[in-house]
Amino acid sequence: MRYMLLIYNDEAATANAPRERIEQILAAYGAYTEALKTSGAWLAGDRLRPTQAAASVRMANGKTNVLDGPYADTKEQLAGFYMIEATDIDTAKEWAGRCPAASTGTVEVRPIWEMAEYLSEK
Amino acid sequence: MENGLEIARAAAEAAARQSYGKLVAWLAARTRDVAGAEDALADAFAAALERWPQTGVPEKPEAWLLAVARRRRVDAVRRRLTGEASRDHLRLIAEEMEARMTDDDLPDERLRLMFACAHPAIEASVRAPLILQTILGFDAATIASAFLVSPATMGQRLVRAKARIRDTGIPFRVPERTELGERLDAVLEAIYATFAEGWSDPAGTETRRRNLATEGIWLGRLMASLMPHEPEALGLLALMLFAEARRAARRSAEGDFVPLKEQDCRLWDRALIDEAEALLSCAATKAVIGRYQLEAAVQSAHAARRLTGRTDWPAIRELYDALLSIAGSPVVAINRAVAIAEADGAAAGLAALYVLGDDKRLDNYQPYWAARAGLLARLGTTTQAAEAYDRAIGLERDPAVRRFLQGKRKDLDES
Repeated sequence: MRYMLLIYNDEAATANAPRERIEQILAAYGAYTEALKTSGAWLAGDRLRPTQAAASVRMANGKTNVLDGPYADTKEQLAGFYMIEATDIDTAKEWAGRCPAASTGTVEVRPIWEMAEYLSEK
Repeated sequence: MENGLEIARAAAEAAARQSYGKLVAWLAARTRDVAGAEDALADAFAAALERWPQTGVPEKPEAWLLAVARRRRVDAVRRRLTGEASRDHLRLIAEEMEARMTDDDLPDERLRLMFACAHPAIEASVRAPLILQTILGFDAATIASAFLVSPATMGQRLVRAKARIRDTGIPFRVPERTELGERLDAVLEAIYATFAEGWSDPAGTETRRRNLATEGIWLGRLMASLMPHEPEALGLLALMLFAEARRAARRSAEGDFVPLKEQDCRLWDRALIDEAEALLSCAATKAVIGRYQLEAAVQSAHAARRLTGRTDWPAIRELYDALLSIAGSPVVAINRAVAIAEADGAAAGLAALYVLGDDKRLDNYQPYWAARAGLLARLGTTTQAAEAYDRAIGLERDPAVRRFLQGKRKDLDES
């Protein structure tokens, strides 16, 4: 099954961290990504720029509104994602626990709702 | 002062859990209805947790709980809210128990309850949570957070397990000699799992998980006092005490991981080590060896460094040889390879590790990669060592250990 690991972190804390700490975190992510790839679990994954660079788009009454900033103003922000292949939710959660973000922020695990499944569930 | 209050609070809480567990066990052993027994006492237990820290523990704690439970029942009957099961339980208490109720002659059925909770018909992963809930009165949410699952999931598993005890007629008894070994293993394993969950958070940053190590030891003490002639029960308690004794030395002042070899043994808790040594020698007089005694013996050999200034690796290797033959697992095999490396050199250790190489379970097993990396580094095979460190770093959950491995990886680049 495919699972999405959504990484939430406090952007401000990351921005204020000393250089050495940042390097260490980046190296940890590098090793984590490698571990995912070596085990064949990795499908995709990327880091997102801070929400400062975000734009939220919404259409109302035929008019398109664009707001600068993220969709929701929260304490922790969506900072990146991994898409992984795992046999079950327990394995996916195990991978989430190894993600460096699990000890600094939150890793949300979401099963992908495959199209074939939701079409047949109707 | 604050500390004094904290100690009084903890003592009151421990007494409340002790009496609650005894009452639940006593009721459940007669009705097989664990959930009903818990329901009957839930209000009284909550009241005890709230009141005893202020008023002190009553002279007869079980009688106190019982009196409150009965009073609540009268209230509930007036409101016609009491469930069938709860009413039955309280009638049972009233009829059979109250007349002769003193704390001394309430039979302690907690051992039987633990054997029911760790029965083969109960799924292995729910045994430890079940014991924590029935014997110690922890709520599902607390247990769930300690075992890293959602409260709803844990709640369902516990409810199902209790229904299973009742519906499939799981017996509340201490198994006969012939089957005792295997069944005792299941109980000890559940207790050890409790301890290990708490042990995995050495810095104690998550209060709930740190407490779990304490609860594991508490259950281990209970087990050792209820079965003082079972060498494995004593061995498990010794094992947990040896490990607990090193807690303060496992992290530096900066919160960095300190491997056992480099720990300052002056930080080890000598009282706990002495207690563990005494338990282990007592177990040895029974002349029946087992997994927990052997693991405790390994810890004892490590603890000896505080006296001799050195570690007897050949002795540790022999203990792991014995462990491998009676309770082989990848974990034991990896630890054995590390001991071989210390006793006979890194090349020999690596050879022992490579024998395991075909085991697919090790692909994502962090300790395997960490051990492999360390041995490769010692042999100067830097490229391979770096690869193994990267695997280990990528698979590690604990940020302090991750930092430690990253440091080792960096040393490779610089050498």
